[in-house]
Amino acid sequence: MSSVIKGIAASNGIAIAKAFVYEEVSLEIIQNSTEGAEVEKANFERATKTSKQELEALKTKTEEQQGKENAEIFSAHLLVLEDPELVGAVHTKIDADNVTAAYALNETAAMFISMFESMDNDYMRERAADIKDVSQRVLRHLLGVKSASLADLDQETIVIAEDLTPSDTAQLNKEFALGFATDIGGRTSHSAIMARSLEIPAVVGLTNVTTDVNDGDLLIVDGINGEVLVNPDEATVERYKEKRAAFLDEQEKRKRLINEPSISKDGKTVELAANIGSVKDIDGVLNNGAEGVGLYRTEFLYMERDQLPTEEEQFDAYRAVVEKLEGKPVVIRTLDIGGDKELPYLDLPSELNPFLGFRAIRLCLENEALFRTQLRALIRASAYGNLKVMFPMVATLEEFRAAKALIVEEQEKLKTEGVSFDENMEVGIMVEIPSTAVIAKQFAKEVDFFSIGTNDLIQYTLAADRMSEKVSYLYQPYHPAILQLVKNVIDASHAEGKWTGMCGEMAGEQTAIPLLLGLGLDEFSMSASSVLQAREQLLALDSKECEALATRALTCTTQEEVAALVNEAIR
Amino acid sequence: MLEKTFTITADTGLHARPATQLVHKASQFSSEIEMEAKGKKVNLKSIMGVMSLGVGKGGEIKILISGNDEEEAMNAITATIHEGLGES
Repeated sequence: MSSVIKGIAASNGIAIAKAFVYEEVSLEIIQNSTEGAEVEKANFERATKTSKQELEALKTKTEEQQGKENAEIFSAHLLVLEDPELVGAVHTKIDADNVTAAYALNETAAMFISMFESMDNDYMRERAADIKDVSQRVLRHLLGVKSASLADLDQETIVIAEDLTPSDTAQLNKEFALGFATDIGGRTSHSAIMARSLEIPAVVGLTNVTTDVNDGDLLIVDGINGEVLVNPDEATVERYKEKRAAFLDEQEKRKRLINEPSISKDGKTVELAANIGSVKDIDGVLNNGAEGVGLYRTEFLYMERDQLPTEEEQFDAYRAVVEKLEGKPVVIRTLDIGGDKELPYLDLPSELNPFLGFRAIRLCLENEALFRTQLRALIRASAYGNLKVMFPMVATLEEFRAAKALIVEEQEKLKTEGVSFDENMEVGIMVEIPSTAVIAKQFAKEVDFFSIGTNDLIQYTLAADRMSEKVSYLYQPYHPAILQLVKNVIDASHAEGKWTGMCGEMAGEQTAIPLLLGLGLDEFSMSASSVLQAREQLLALDSKECEALATRALTCTTQEEVAALVNEAIR
Repeated sequence: MLEKTFTITADTGLHARPATQLVHKASQFSSEIEMEAKGKKVNLKSIMGVMSLGVGKGGEIKILISGNDEEEAMNAITATIHEGLGES
C-alpha cells in the first residue's frame, strides 16, 4: 500500500531509498540452557569477541571521520566488555543456575543498569545507557539478531526514528544515510539543524512514522515539501527522480554563485554568513560560498564528554576555525549552556523554568573560572584571524559590562605574559531578550555589534515555549512586534556606526530576506546550505522596494498580514 | 599486602575518563587490586565497580594490593593518581 505522510520540512532535497527503522529490537531470551554450562560460556566468549572487534572497528572509523572526542564512547564500551565483574558474574550465573549465556548476561546487565540508574547524579545515570547499549550488542550476537546501530549502516538507507539525539547524529554516515524522518521535532530541533548542516534531506514531526513505516519499505523523503511517501508506485518514483535531478541541477547552478558578492539588484552589499557548531562544519561554509561565520556555537566543545575542555583544547578549536576562514569574520558565541542544554559534569540545579533560568551568560558570570578559561582561549586565537566574541542571553547592561571587564583583564594578563592577540577584537552581544532589544540604543554605545537570535527572541517576546506543541502557533517570526524589535536594534546600531547581524533560522528564510534587507540588516547568518539560495534571491531584490515593503509590514496587525504582504511582493 | 590512601582532587571526581585510566593501569598487573571508598570495596580492574562508587572531588580512597607484583602495581597506580587525579 502506498501512502503519503505529512510532516515538517527540515532539510531541503529529495532522497529515495529503503527504510531503516532505528529502534530497539525486542530480544527473546530463553532462560534454561539445554546445552550445558561449558557450551554457554563458549558462546558468551565468542559473542563478546565479535562485539569487541565491531567496537574496535567503529572506534577507528569514528576517529577518522569525526575525531577522537566522538570515538571515546566506544573505548568506554570496550572497557565494559572487559570488566571482570561483569564477565565473572555471567560465568557464575551460568554455572549456578543452569541458564543460557543470554539470560545470564541480561540479568547481570540489568543489575548494573539499575544500580547506575538509581544514583543521584545525571552523569552516572547516563552511564547506565552505555551498559545497556553494549550488553544489547553482545545479546544480539548471542541470539543471532541483526544489529541496529546507526554507525553500522552499510547500504543506502533512509533512517526512521522517534528522534535523533546528538550522539545518534554524530554516528550518521552521510554516505549511507541518504535522508531521515522522525516522529517528533520542528525546524529548530537538534535533528533538523543537524540535517541541514550535513546537507541531507529530512522531514521531522511526522508523529507516527516509526509505526507507519516498516523496515525495508521503499521511501521518498521530500525535504522541500515536508512529505514522506511510503511504497510509492513506479511512476511516482520516476517523477521524484526527475524532481531530485532538477533540485540537484538547480543546486549545481547556484554553485556558480559561490564566489559572487552578496549584492542586491540596486547595489546594496550585505554579508551572508553561516552558523557552525564545530571545526568540521567549515568545509560546508566554504563550499557554499559563505562570507564568514555569523555564529559559532561553542557548546559542542563542552558536550559529550566528562569534564571541561581545557584552555589549550579550546584555543586549538578556535584557532583552527579562524585560520580556515582566512581573515573572513568569525563570530564566536561564548558558552550557552543551561536551558535545554545540560552538562552532566557541572551538576547544574534543575529548574522549573530552565529557559528563564540559570543559563548562558548568567551561568558564566557565576562560574568565573570556567568563563575566564574560555575568554583566554578566544583572546589568544584572535591573533590568527578575524575573531569576534559574542555573549549570549544578555538581559542588562551590567551583565555586558561585567563580561567585557573580564575580557579586558585577561587581555592585560596575556599582555604581561607576552602573548600576542588582536587588540581591536570586536566584542558584541546576541539580542534574544526583549529588554535588550528595547534599549538597544543604550547598548549600542558600549557593544561593538549586535546579532539577533530570533529563535529565542520570538519565544520570549510571545511568551511561547518552543518545546510545547500546544502553543507552537505562537512561534511567529513575522509578528509585527518582532519586526519592530528587529528594526529598533538595527537602527540603534547604525546610529552609533555599529552593525547588526541575525543568526536565527529566520535569517535564511525566503519570506524574511526581503524584509530584513529592507530593515537594513548588515549580516545574515544561516545554515551553510541556505547561503547560495539566499544570494540568488538577494541578487534579484531592490533594496529601496524592500525598504518600502518593510515600512508597510511594520504597520500590519498580524503575522498573517505580514506574510501575505511579503509573499505578494516576492511572487 | 600493600595499602595506601589518597584524596581525589580532580574537579570531576572519579568519572569515566579518570576511572578508565585507573582500570587500564590496574589491569596490567596480576596482583589482586581493590579500592575502598565510602565503606565499600570494589575490584580496581572493574570499570563498573570503580564508577559505581561515585567518588567525587574531595573523596578519600584506599588502594589495597596483594600479589607477586604488588610493589610495581602500587607505584604505577600511585603515579597515575598523582597525574592530576588526586594526592596521597
